[in-house]
Amino acid sequence: MTHDTTVKATGSSPGTRSGTEIRLDHVTKDYGLEAPAVDDISLTIEPGEFMTLLGPSGSGKTTTLNLIAGFETLTAGTIVLNGADVSNVPPHRRNLGMLFQHYALFPHMTVAQNVAYPLRERRADKREIARKVAEVLELVQLTGRDDHHPAQLSGGQQQRVALARAIVFEPRALLLDEPLGALDRNLRSALQVEIRRIHREVGSTFVFVTHDQEEALNLSDRIALFNSGHIEQVGTPQQLYAEPETLFTARFLGDSNVFELGQAALDENLTWDGETWGIDPGTVAAHPGVRTRSAIVVRPEDVEVVNRLDEVPAGANAVRATVRDVEYMGAYRTLLLTMGERRLPGRARVSALHGDHAVGDDLVAWWRPRAQRIVAA
Amino acid sequence: MSSNKMRLSGWPLLLPALALLAGILLVPLGRTLLDSVSEPTWTLKNYENIFTDGVTLTVLGRTVMIAAAVTAAALLIGYPYAYLMTRVSPRARGILLVIVLIPFWTSVMARNFAWIIILQNGGPVQKVFALLGADHVVLYGTSAGVTIAMTQVMLPFMVLPLFSTLGSIDRRLLLAARGLGSSPTAAFWKVFFPLSRGGVVAGVILVFTLSLGFYVTPALLGSPQQSLVAQLLAQRTTQLLDFAAAGALGMVVLIVTLVLVAWANRMGGTMSAIGVVATSRTKDR
Ligand SMILES: Nc1ncnc2c1ncn2[C@@H]1O[C@H](COP(=O)(O)OP(=O)(O)OP(=O)(O)O)[C@@H](O)[C@H]1O
Ligand SMILES: [Mg+2]
Repeated sequence: MTHDTTVKATGSSPGTRSGTEIRLDHVTKDYGLEAPAVDDISLTIEPGEFMTLLGPSGSGKTTTLNLIAGFETLTAGTIVLNGADVSNVPPHRRNLGMLFQHYALFPHMTVAQNVAYPLRERRADKREIARKVAEVLELVQLTGRDDHHPAQLSGGQQQRVALARAIVFEPRALLLDEPLGALDRNLRSALQVEIRRIHREVGSTFVFVTHDQEEALNLSDRIALFNSGHIEQVGTPQQLYAEPETLFTARFLGDSNVFELGQAALDENLTWDGETWGIDPGTVAAHPGVRTRSAIVVRPEDVEVVNRLDEVPAGANAVRATVRDVEYMGAYRTLLLTMGERRLPGRARVSALHGDHAVGDDLVAWWRPRAQRIVAA
Repeated sequence: MSSNKMRLSGWPLLLPALALLAGILLVPLGRTLLDSVSEPTWTLKNYENIFTDGVTLTVLGRTVMIAAAVTAAALLIGYPYAYLMTRVSPRARGILLVIVLIPFWTSVMARNFAWIIILQNGGPVQKVFALLGADHVVLYGTSAGVTIAMTQVMLPFMVLPLFSTLGSIDRRLLLAARGLGSSPTAAFWKVFFPLSRGGVVAGVILVFTLSLGFYVTPALLGSPQQSLVAQLLAQRTTQLLDFAAAGALGMVVLIVTLVLVAWANRMGGTMSAIGVVATSRTKDR
């Protein structure tokens, strides 16, 4: 997915609001625990890009965002905004917008006062403030709520106010730390659409933290996948899903069938549990770890099932399987399988038109070598 | 307030407390009020005298001034102290709390005698001032000495409600303010301090109203020429036996206090913050 960095605000705010490049260079944050919270991360976020920091709990996403914002001090490394090293610049001089899961609205101020706050801190003149506040409240669809206090608003409305406050001063970038985490499912997807739209309209760099893979896939231009303090892989959602470099990435995004290979030669055919399978060289990850320990990953939607081995097309990789359970999902169903002699758990997604499969049925699962991915394990 | 909407089905449980309040507060208060307007005959003379006798008004004014000074001093000392309490480790917080509470649990008499020793002529305070080149700084027997001692006595009433309020402020709001362009100082004055208003108002009201009626410290440390309202009341009841005049004066002080409490309610001074004091207080003055 390519992102057009020349997208400009379509609202009435003239001038350039194009994004800022954020560069993390060997960034480390050590709290003195067993392992650093963020361990030697290097990442360049392009101007105007929607970058998501995705990863399990405790993997260092918030710490990284706080380092960018300046709320935490670096143990090592540098943070560069549009070419300027800001590593030692205090947060109030970095000119970055921040959105928190807990909204962080000032309870003693009205909606309008909250949104005006960053403008007042910048000594904007009164008429300018009034104009911008009205404009941004319209952008987040909260016109007419100016005089409400945060406690009188729903969670979703509060987060809209926080969003308005975070963008009203045209920050160099917007940092969002699980901003939708406290909202229910429907509201979350509505606000996802909204955040995406606002990103398009203001055109500034967004750095979005979440541990929700679906949210990351929906929103991002690119995703940086975090794993215990380091970045596992950076890429577009499609890249991460279709071309994972490591088993961690493959498992974190979507479901997969995983066949561990250990240390295997990956030049022509390989064997797994007595089966001989073909390799498509284009599907072998570039990650150096592949040579020492690897695994085959196949997405459930790439797996087909047939009743007998001789029905498998030539050139496909196949494994014997038994149906363990069937999940009905409307248009398709997911067969939960045990595969091969090792009785490995697996899954295949088949069309509902594809005939019936009962628990206990013996079948053959197969897929094309180019549908599989060989990753570092 | 949501408590107004509380269902009243449990009200019989309040009966013992109401009976007690009626017996020891409302009835005597009613008697005092009655006496103040009916002795020797039905008259408002006792109230008139307060404004015309030339003494009472001066004493009232002095009392308000000293109470205000004590309140200001307690706030200036108590706010940073309470703030510090919210910022340190739980262990250090415990120690700071005990430092506030030990005098709170100590008899006021003991503390006042200690202050007499400290402030008296030739006492340690005078010696320190002498070392600094200021000879004959007299605090014992002056309004300044009374103010200092009263501030120490009143400090817990300021620190406890402040501590409970400051501790409940979401500090993440300060980070948010920093991110929006506030320096640490600006974030404090624009976000933290306004949010602490409830505790400030509660502490101010407690200290000010208690100071208005304070007897022991001014009596022991002040001079008879600089007496405060409570001393005047004591004099009128125990020496002049003029209960009607004393009652009228008491009523005036009560009205001043009630006006202040009403103001505090309007300012959002939380009564719950005052309640904190009641629970940490085991001994009466
Ligand atoms: N202020 C701190 N002091 C000490 N350790 C911390 C601090 N903040 C974070 N950590 C540790 O750093 C690691 C990374 O934490 P971080 O909050 O960045 O994770 P995260 O990826 O945001 O997780 P989550 O999805 O749960 O929010 C964790 O092990 C955490 O315990
Ligand atoms: Mg986090």
